[in-house]
Amino acid sequence: MNFIYDLHRTMMSQKLILVFQGDFTQESTKSILSMAERNLDSSGEESSIKRKVFNVMVEALQNIVKHSDELVDGQVRSHAAIFLIGKEANRYSIMTGNPIRKENVVKLKGALDRINGLDKDGLKDLYKEIIKNTTISDKGGAGLGFVDMARKSGEKLEFEFPEMNEEYCFFCLKVNVPRDNE
Amino acid sequence: MEILNLEGTEDTPKIILDKKNGIFEISGRSLPEDSAEFYRPVLEWIEKYSSDSNPSTEFVFKLEYFNTASSKLILDVLSALEDIKGMKILWYFHEDDEDMEEAGQEFSELVEIPFEFKTY
Repeated sequence: MNFIYDLHRTMMSQKLILVFQGDFTQESTKSILSMAERNLDSSGEESSIKRKVFNVMVEALQNIVKHSDELVDGQVRSHAAIFLIGKEANRYSIMTGNPIRKENVVKLKGALDRINGLDKDGLKDLYKEIIKNTTISDKGGAGLGFVDMARKSGEKLEFEFPEMNEEYCFFCLKVNVPRDNE
Repeated sequence: MEILNLEGTEDTPKIILDKKNGIFEISGRSLPEDSAEFYRPVLEWIEKYSSDSNPSTEFVFKLEYFNTASSKLILDVLSALEDIKGMKILWYFHEDDEDMEEAGQEFSELVEIPFEFKTY
């Protein structure tokens, strides 16, 4: 059972304060949010930073709820997704990982690269352009989640797509919220 | 006209739309699973109200938080309010919540309705 200790040590060394792997639904989203909120409250975090962390968490979690069921090959399904929060002296990191079909990687990477190429005003313009022209998708998204995460973070979105098998990559996303934002 | 009264929950806002008493307010948190479905009765209510509106209307947004899917529906609500005469938006934000203040400013740039900004 050394893996328990290994996992514990990894969480400590990576400064993880919350890890959730399992079925991602609106209900689990609410539970995770309230757990994280309690954690931020009890640590006396500044309210503006708490709000930003909350904001990024909601978008990240709802992304997983909406997209992690892309897998249809039986056992993997939505259980394959993971959500993590890290807390370091100078920042919080909200991280997600979920399978994505390989044919969708190029489009997603393009959207993320576009967002990362924009400054504060550019992101604001993109947000307004999307909100004016978008309609809510079948999955309930407005196509604004990553733009909003980038705006609330104030930093570049970090992402990677390690290969899972011939059909899927694992979309890893890390969004940082600086703590010393003054 | 019927009153629309929705109790707030941890993921949906409190909503009161009451023509007779002149109360029009959306407050709290908005991150419903299905934002289009949640805001449908609000949009329907506003459509009816627009054909027989009060001489002036102060529509209050006092949101603590909303997700991006809700932001699209809030814009839809504002667009529905746009053609009503005597319409004014009161946009409340917590005094240290710059993001909510900025969100209100952005909405005000997207519709032709006067906005008044207030802190709480």
